[in-house]
Amino acid sequence: MINLFARPSLLKKNGVIGINRRNAELIMRYNPRHLYPLVDDKLITKQLALDAGIAVPELYSVVEYQRETRHLSTLLAAHDEFVIKPSKGSGGNGILVIAGRFGDHFRKPSSDLISLGEVEHYVSNILSGMYSLGGVADKAIIEYRVKFDPFFEDIIFQGVPDIRVIVFRGVPVAAMVRLPTRESDGKANLHQGAQGVGIDMSTGESRGGVLHNRYCTTHPDTRMTTSGLKIPHWDTILKMAIACADTVGLGYLGVDIVMDRDLGPLLLELNARPGLNVQIANQTGLQGAIQALQARASIPASADERLKLVRSLTDIHLTETTA
Amino acid sequence: MISVKDMSVKIWGFLLIGIGLTIGGYKVVFLGLPMSPNQQTKTWTVQAKVNFKGSGGPAIVDFTVPKITPGLSILDEDFISSKYGLALQEKRESRVAQWAVRRARGEQLLYYRLFVAPSTKQVAWQEKPDFPFPPDFEEPYASAIRAIIDDVRKESADVATYTRELLQQLNAEQPNENVALVRSDINSGKAWTLTIIDILKGVRIPGRVLWGIPLSEATNDVKLRQLLQVHNGDRWLTFDPYSGAEGIPDNFLAWKTGNNPLIELTGGDRAEVQFSVTSSYRDLIEVTRLGAEPLDSALLSMSPIALPVPNQNVYRLLLMLPIGALVVVIFRTFIGVQTFGTFMPILMALAFRETQLFWGLVSFSAIVLIGLFIRFYLERLMLLLVPRLTAILIIVLILMLVLSLISNQMGAERVLSVALFPMVILAMTIERMSITWEEHGAREALYQGSGSLLVASIGYLLMSSEQLTYVMFVFPEMLLVLLGLSLWMGRYTGYRLTELHRFRSLVSRQ
Repeated sequence: MINLFARPSLLKKNGVIGINRRNAELIMRYNPRHLYPLVDDKLITKQLALDAGIAVPELYSVVEYQRETRHLSTLLAAHDEFVIKPSKGSGGNGILVIAGRFGDHFRKPSSDLISLGEVEHYVSNILSGMYSLGGVADKAIIEYRVKFDPFFEDIIFQGVPDIRVIVFRGVPVAAMVRLPTRESDGKANLHQGAQGVGIDMSTGESRGGVLHNRYCTTHPDTRMTTSGLKIPHWDTILKMAIACADTVGLGYLGVDIVMDRDLGPLLLELNARPGLNVQIANQTGLQGAIQALQARASIPASADERLKLVRSLTDIHLTETTA
Repeated sequence: MISVKDMSVKIWGFLLIGIGLTIGGYKVVFLGLPMSPNQQTKTWTVQAKVNFKGSGGPAIVDFTVPKITPGLSILDEDFISSKYGLALQEKRESRVAQWAVRRARGEQLLYYRLFVAPSTKQVAWQEKPDFPFPPDFEEPYASAIRAIIDDVRKESADVATYTRELLQQLNAEQPNENVALVRSDINSGKAWTLTIIDILKGVRIPGRVLWGIPLSEATNDVKLRQLLQVHNGDRWLTFDPYSGAEGIPDNFLAWKTGNNPLIELTGGDRAEVQFSVTSSYRDLIEVTRLGAEPLDSALLSMSPIALPVPNQNVYRLLLMLPIGALVVVIFRTFIGVQTFGTFMPILMALAFRETQLFWGLVSFSAIVLIGLFIRFYLERLMLLLVPRLTAILIIVLILMLVLSLISNQMGAERVLSVALFPMVILAMTIERMSITWEEHGAREALYQGSGSLLVASIGYLLMSSEQLTYVMFVFPEMLLVLLGLSLWMGRYTGYRLTELHRFRSLVSRQ
């Protein structure tokens, strides 16, 4: 490999934002700390979204105390499929997906079986703060398992893809689809080996992707090309992202959305410190769009106006890349 | 586009670093603090042995001891006098030690010991003398002296040149008859100096004798030497009464000035003072601390050297923590190495101090790896978080004990000191590593683990550097420099080294 490292000047020219710049100039400047609990606690996020009329996966129940884990079988009795996740988890950590039952056992999407005792232990770990930031006591959320929209069915092997939209000052600036892989155990987490696929903001069409920080245009399991697919409900997704940003008030926000077969786009979670892989997935730095928005004295209030803004920003991108 | 925030961070950084370096520089240049450890300097021990014969009744000895010592600083002094009461009378420019006893019979011995070291500090006598009246000399001296005075006056402009010229004439190898006459009766240095002072009185130049000891390697019977001092209306100038050399010679310990006796005795007779000098080498830092006068050492008293020794040792360690933290900052912010926790590597580096690097790395990795496998088994037992942590803590302790016992059997002492390893760090590392392992896979866990060990190793190497420890300890104002640096680094928004790798695909396709 000749090019193990990129020249910083070239990265800068391409508008690539590094972690340090993201922390100092985006997160610290646009995300007031007191708003973090709104996104760090998924229960609060869910409630806020419901109040704002944003669609979310239905909440089945919340486990708050260790002794409640013993009644887990009754809590789960009504549901064959569900997801258990920590309310304060980060980076998609600690999410357990149950795809069905098999006798006394539960079945994971990978078809592995898991006993009720193991599920209880899992929940108990969540409660004692194993997945929460700083190990603080946490709640376990049991919610609707998204029946995923077949739009990416041909490409992926298992799991539920989700869509990450980066919203800056209330305007979506970049997005990617995160495709689970065999390696990521069906999870849509890039750190665990999921593939990120860039999305053209104005058309909602998929592009190439990123796998383990490397650009990659085919899915690792199916070898199918990831580009050229139209994301369904694209405008709804963008409007949802805008509504989320307005609801929580964070200036630099990551909005994670899943596509349900029956219910359409659902808000999964919000992230106050969204990562920068979206730049690799889209093969474009974020700086151009962000600078264009920073230069604006005000951002239009209506979602439609902002969608127009999204498209104008894409034009900027295009002219920059062609130039 | 430079924001106000960036500006104020830059300014604060400059201020802090500037202040830190200024204080440090001041201490090096003006207080003479060495920049590296183990620098030694010569010191002298001067001992005055006072003996006299007691007459049986109460005895009082007044002994003049040094106070103003240009070119030398007094590090310490002892008064050794078993049954005598001691009172030290401080005057403006002199000190008198008064030994007193109710009953003194026969041979009495008193010791005074003084420790001095070269010093660049400027000290001088401030007291101004009255103008003397010309004394009445007897003939034929009177006319001879008058002639000498007239001779010298022709060729001099001020007190200094006058004195220099006078000394030259009086000490001329081929003296004229006037000088020869003046020199004829002189038999001691004291008499010679007093004669010169008398002559100077003739032109109303105030003069006095400076008594002192020339410091050499080791001499047992040192005599006080006299130097001539004249006052030019502003300050005292010192001359060698024979050679006419101006200034106080190097390594000359000024003991007393003027005509006051060195020793005054009541209640005894045959008082004698014997001086002896020995030289030795001491750590420069110790000397500087002892020698700095309270006024100058406001800065030194603000440094940990002024603390009692046990506290000093704690600060020797604590003051190195910022260095370790800086290493973490550099690795995380500029290079992008992932570590377990922010400051876990510093704690690991501290642990390595007990074991040295190699055995620290070996035993740390061994314990963490074994602990990790046991932790995975515990995971299957489905224990609650806190009891599980406790279990890991106990297992770590057992592992350490086993490791120590085995290494003891094999006779390796280094590993033994693993017992001082902060076990909580080990337990936390195991727990964090196993969670990372499960959540992000073995690759990420090993990656972060080796990142932590790398940062800890480099942190250890820097934190155990004798030179750095010394600098941080003697110049704690370096904390301000480190603070300024960390402010600067806090506004670094450039890429990390690992990001140049991570984002390389964004460039190569163009």
